[in-house]
Amino acid sequence: MKMTKGKAFGIALYILFVLTPIYWLLNMSFKTNSEILGTLTLWPQEFTLANYAVIFTDSSWYSGYINSMIYVSLNVAITLAVALPAAYAFSRYKFVGDKHLFFWLLTNRMAPPAVFLLPFFQLYSSIGLFDTHLGVALAHCLFNVPLAVWILEGFMSGVPREVDETAYIDGYSFPRFFGRIFLPMIRSGIGVTAFFVFMFSWVELLLARTLTSVDAKPIAAIMTRTVGATGVDWGVLAAAGVLTIIPGLLVVYFVRNHVAKGFALGRV
Amino acid sequence: MSLTLENVSRVVDGVPHLSDVNITFEPGSFNVLLGRTLAGKTSLMRLMAGLDRPTAGRLLMDGEDVTGKPVQRRNVSMVYQQFINFPGMTVRENIASPLRIARMKDAEIGRRVAETAAMLRIEPLLDRYPLELSGGQQQRTAMARALVKDASLILFDEPLVNLDYKLREELRVELRELFRERNAIAVYASTEPNEALALGGATTLLHEGRIIQSGPGNHVYRQPVNIHAAELFSEPPINLINGRLTENEINFDDYAFYSMIPELASLPPGNYSFGVRPSHLGLVPRDDDDLEFAMQVELAEISGSETFLHVRNEHFNLVLQLSGVHAYRTDTPIKVYLPIHKLFVFSVDGDMVQAPAMLNREQV
Repeated sequence: MKMTKGKAFGIALYILFVLTPIYWLLNMSFKTNSEILGTLTLWPQEFTLANYAVIFTDSSWYSGYINSMIYVSLNVAITLAVALPAAYAFSRYKFVGDKHLFFWLLTNRMAPPAVFLLPFFQLYSSIGLFDTHLGVALAHCLFNVPLAVWILEGFMSGVPREVDETAYIDGYSFPRFFGRIFLPMIRSGIGVTAFFVFMFSWVELLLARTLTSVDAKPIAAIMTRTVGATGVDWGVLAAAGVLTIIPGLLVVYFVRNHVAKGFALGRV
Repeated sequence: MSLTLENVSRVVDGVPHLSDVNITFEPGSFNVLLGRTLAGKTSLMRLMAGLDRPTAGRLLMDGEDVTGKPVQRRNVSMVYQQFINFPGMTVRENIASPLRIARMKDAEIGRRVAETAAMLRIEPLLDRYPLELSGGQQQRTAMARALVKDASLILFDEPLVNLDYKLREELRVELRELFRERNAIAVYASTEPNEALALGGATTLLHEGRIIQSGPGNHVYRQPVNIHAAELFSEPPINLINGRLTENEINFDDYAFYSMIPELASLPPGNYSFGVRPSHLGLVPRDDDDLEFAMQVELAEISGSETFLHVRNEHFNLVLQLSGVHAYRTDTPIKVYLPIHKLFVFSVDGDMVQAPAMLNREQV
């Protein structure tokens, strides 16, 4: 495709506009605090990795990442384990109230997370789930399972029922068919679902912050409490921000083909 | 192994899909289920496969009741109208899949897959994936999977519908060949009378969930038990004209009158429905006793190398099947000849009264 000069210019401008905040974050993360607070510089005059060193050596920082990753992975695993069979049931079987239930799943997502803060907090405190990775993962399931069921059902309905039947006729038992034939057929859908579930859990702040105190404190919560005795540590904050973007970038990179296909095929 | 269906019915959400079906399939037989869309062909096949359970009635295999037996333990195979293969497996693994599940030895699997692939002429494709193949090749793969295990019942649910004309004929011939030496029961569902005749074997006519007739294909074709059977087993549909027989006269719709002919003289006077297949009508008389109708051309429909000529007068319409491609101007007056010995006579209730008398002159 031939691009006119005007078009190229327009696109370049747009990309510049979108990337400026990210560049600025990156820029700050390599500067010293005095440079950040000093005059405006477009790139680091005194290039430093000290900000990153702080994060990788101070356990109050890096444990935040570890905590986030643990509960996010737990959440993705639990969500898929629950949503796959549920979506299969919705796509293959008729049962009383199936359509209502399917819609009701979505309405669950319409409530803001803040509504669930109090009940979760009280419940978790009394049964010992407060400040645990599992607790946060379960809380996020409340939002992620309906989303995952909704997306997966679209993909599963795209697989003709005759495929299931052919497998049974061949002699496959249900678990074997599900694992060996069905799941590989909808792997794009699983990729897309995992992506959305991951993203929700990774960026969700309210529940994750309220339901944790020390042991399972997520990075996003740590980043908001960095006013120390010496004021705000801008450089370290910026470095933490960069590191928070990276997992998301990685996930997007790995599922990019699936997501593109998923947007075209399924219910995203 | 023989398969018997006893008083089988299936009702889904209050709608009867099959009503009181009784039929027996002999081992080694090739059976055609002929019926329109929604006649219950697929419902019947799914029952036989064990994918659905009948609402009432029993299925017996060699006398043993298998009504509730799950499909995995039934030793059947099925080919669908859609091309159903497992996209994540190569053609080789697709064909081998039922054998692997049955825990057959690798060497034996290899031998059988090669043999079946050779039969269906897909050997060069064994290492490709189904979605890389053409429709015909995909369906061959599905058929190979159905044939590779020694199923005692093989079901074909309109397997050739989604293929182009040439491929369809080719596969049909091959399919028939494949079954010459098998001891399995083959059941083939089709909506096309010509396909049923080409495949031969026993033919069962399904109409609105009931079996209306079954028997050898040629016999069913020549001796339909009622109007439904005649309509089903005729493409284009059989021409039907209401008429009356009196002592010495035949009349069609109180419009065209002819003097009585010997073939119909034995029937009691009264109202009847007369049927004649489109292929038996002609534009030139072939016999002295052919009945002549003065008609007008309505439409000439080209179908392959044939022309379906629709003609009408004020009282009834007829369709002629002519070989070759012809063009006719609308409203042209035209004479149509009906050979009297090709006439089906049905009672007003639709039951067969008399089939064409001269069977030796019948052509399929």
